[in-house]
Amino acid sequence: MAGSKTKSDAYQGFVRTEEAPLMPPPPSETGITGWLWQNVLSSCADFTSVGAGIRSLLMAAFTVFVAWLTVSISWSLIDFAFLSAVWEDPDGLKREVCWTEEQGGSLPNGWHGACWPFIMAKMKFFIYGPYEMSELWRVDLTALIGLVGLVWVLIERLPYRRHAGVFLLTIYPLIATILLTGGAFEVEYGSLALTAFVGLALITVGRLSQRRILGDSMATFAGVYGVSGWLIVIYAAIMLVLSADVGLMAVDTNDWGGLLITLVVAVTGIVASLPLGIVLALGRRSNMPVARILSVVFIEFWRGVPLITVLFMASVMLPLFLPEGVNFNNLLRALIGVMLFSAAYMAEVVRGGLQAIDKGQYEGADAVGLSYWQKMRLIILPQALTHVIPGIVNTFIGLFKDTTLVSIIGLFDLLGAAQSTLADAAWASPVQGHTAYLFIAVVFFVFCFGMSRYSIHMENKLSHGRKR
Amino acid sequence: MAETNKVDRSKMTVSDEVVVSMDAVNKWYGSFHVLRDINLEVNKGERIVICGPSGSGKSTLIRCLNRLEVHQKGIINVHGIELNSDLKNIEFIRREVGMVFQHFNLFPHLTILENCTLAPIWVRKMPKKEAEEIAMRFLETVKIPEQAHKYPGQLSGGQQQRVAIARALCMQPQLMLFDEPTSALDPEMIKEVLDTMVALAEDGMTMIVVTHEMGFARKVANRVIFMDEGQIVEENEPEAFFGNPKNDRTKLFLSQILNH
Repeated sequence: MAGSKTKSDAYQGFVRTEEAPLMPPPPSETGITGWLWQNVLSSCADFTSVGAGIRSLLMAAFTVFVAWLTVSISWSLIDFAFLSAVWEDPDGLKREVCWTEEQGGSLPNGWHGACWPFIMAKMKFFIYGPYEMSELWRVDLTALIGLVGLVWVLIERLPYRRHAGVFLLTIYPLIATILLTGGAFEVEYGSLALTAFVGLALITVGRLSQRRILGDSMATFAGVYGVSGWLIVIYAAIMLVLSADVGLMAVDTNDWGGLLITLVVAVTGIVASLPLGIVLALGRRSNMPVARILSVVFIEFWRGVPLITVLFMASVMLPLFLPEGVNFNNLLRALIGVMLFSAAYMAEVVRGGLQAIDKGQYEGADAVGLSYWQKMRLIILPQALTHVIPGIVNTFIGLFKDTTLVSIIGLFDLLGAAQSTLADAAWASPVQGHTAYLFIAVVFFVFCFGMSRYSIHMENKLSHGRKR
Repeated sequence: MAETNKVDRSKMTVSDEVVVSMDAVNKWYGSFHVLRDINLEVNKGERIVICGPSGSGKSTLIRCLNRLEVHQKGIINVHGIELNSDLKNIEFIRREVGMVFQHFNLFPHLTILENCTLAPIWVRKMPKKEAEEIAMRFLETVKIPEQAHKYPGQLSGGQQQRVAIARALCMQPQLMLFDEPTSALDPEMIKEVLDTMVALAEDGMTMIVVTHEMGFARKVANRVIFMDEGQIVEENEPEAFFGNPKNDRTKLFLSQILNH
């Protein structure tokens, strides 16, 4: 290795006699100069040869150009949104407050800025849509409970997070439904009792076949009977709760709108799509042919159809197939459509995570005697889901933005509500549309960026100390 | 090869109780006949080493014993229970049979302690506190109690394999299967794992070990089985097996594995 070796001497080998000194790094590695070297100068400070010098000069010119482009675009946006914007309408002029002199207003000609008084005036409509004015507190209360619960679940330092999560997923949807609709659903108690009875019977059959009292062939599907029985009983219980008259005024879902609709559709889709997607992904990888075929058909069907088609089908075609007199709520149809649609996408994301898990993990779990569901819940899914957090959040964000499509079946989501305010002649001005769309874009960005940041936080947290 | 320190044979007693019996077992992967007419009986307290060239079916053989692999013909009995498609039998046998893998197969998202307590809590329905006490005891047996709250990724290969042994022991199995436990380890870590296995044998554990560590076989095994092309070719006590192998294939294998 080292050491001097001459041809005449016999090779002596090498033995280190003193330690090589530990030295500080060169300035290009640390501190501000290091940062500059690595991020700015690395590409444009190499003049060791003519070719490298030309390349450095070109890179420098390109850097300056991109910097100029970025600054000028951001500047015009800042100018539009803040510097030139009209903020107040103290005299109640409405549209004229955003008119230039040419247009009959008082702003200088050539002015181009945001007309924020228009947004302020329509804010309630953006948030609640045409929801009954006197009942807006119900929406606020729903949002408040949900927000407190969500913050509780998301912040890791708080105690009882698990309880808060269970509350959010079980009781909260009921509370929200009752608050938002007013409850008192019309329910035929006779058929409800019958439904509950069928459910209880199925649970009993499941229990009996689990104990092998009904023979071996029944035992194979004991779990199926039990689960479907429980689902039916839970459905009956939910309907019973929703049918209770709590004395709130009924608000038809056709009177919901704006951010309210957007959040209801998005949150329902997000919350329902993950568990549904997990079940479908497990089904697709199952050894049971029936489960596998059903999952594949379901996933491929929903992935093969555009969401707009799904929504159209749900709102226009579905009523044609239903018996006369059966009236399915328009919003509920959209919810189910969005839910199933995003579940199919989620299933494929989760399947990607499942495939990344080493076969040894399955064998390790099998060898210690875990059952299939224990193995999936305790070993496979926690790892698979951690792997695909970026994909899951990607699907969430896509779903959140896709909710704007419900405006096509006559539901006024945030975007739909904003568009409908553009028809208001009282605020008509050349910047009306620009302002409204900018506002909507910012609202969507805040939600999506929030999800994105939280997912990065989760990735970092879960990867800590677990890298193999 | 690890230095031969004295092995305490006082508790290494073989009883008459049959733990594993394989009767004319055959297995195919597709059209490939991977196990051919395997007949094997293992009594309680035996330490059996299975060796053979790669692809000879030795791993497949022990993986059939807790049904990680399915055999198509013949009868396998473990603890007097026949291994067939009945999930109840499989789950019972997996509770009673511990397994250690070549690549450890620890659960990377759980701490060492959680790795060890998971199965006792969920499969044996043991209270968490009791499971943790037992886990700490076995982590002491394998000499790494101080790592209990780390994650597997933070441990060396040898430490991970010792955790894997502790994890299997926490289910308090009657029989331990080792599937090439040292093949994925660096040379300096092999010894610590083998020492753990020797200690386990000294405690009287019934073990079936697939390994190429012939030193371990000489020291601990009471029977050595040589497999080739899916068959049991030769089977004998270690002294006779190494000193006087009878089959040509055994001789060839031993000459290849011992002379390097």
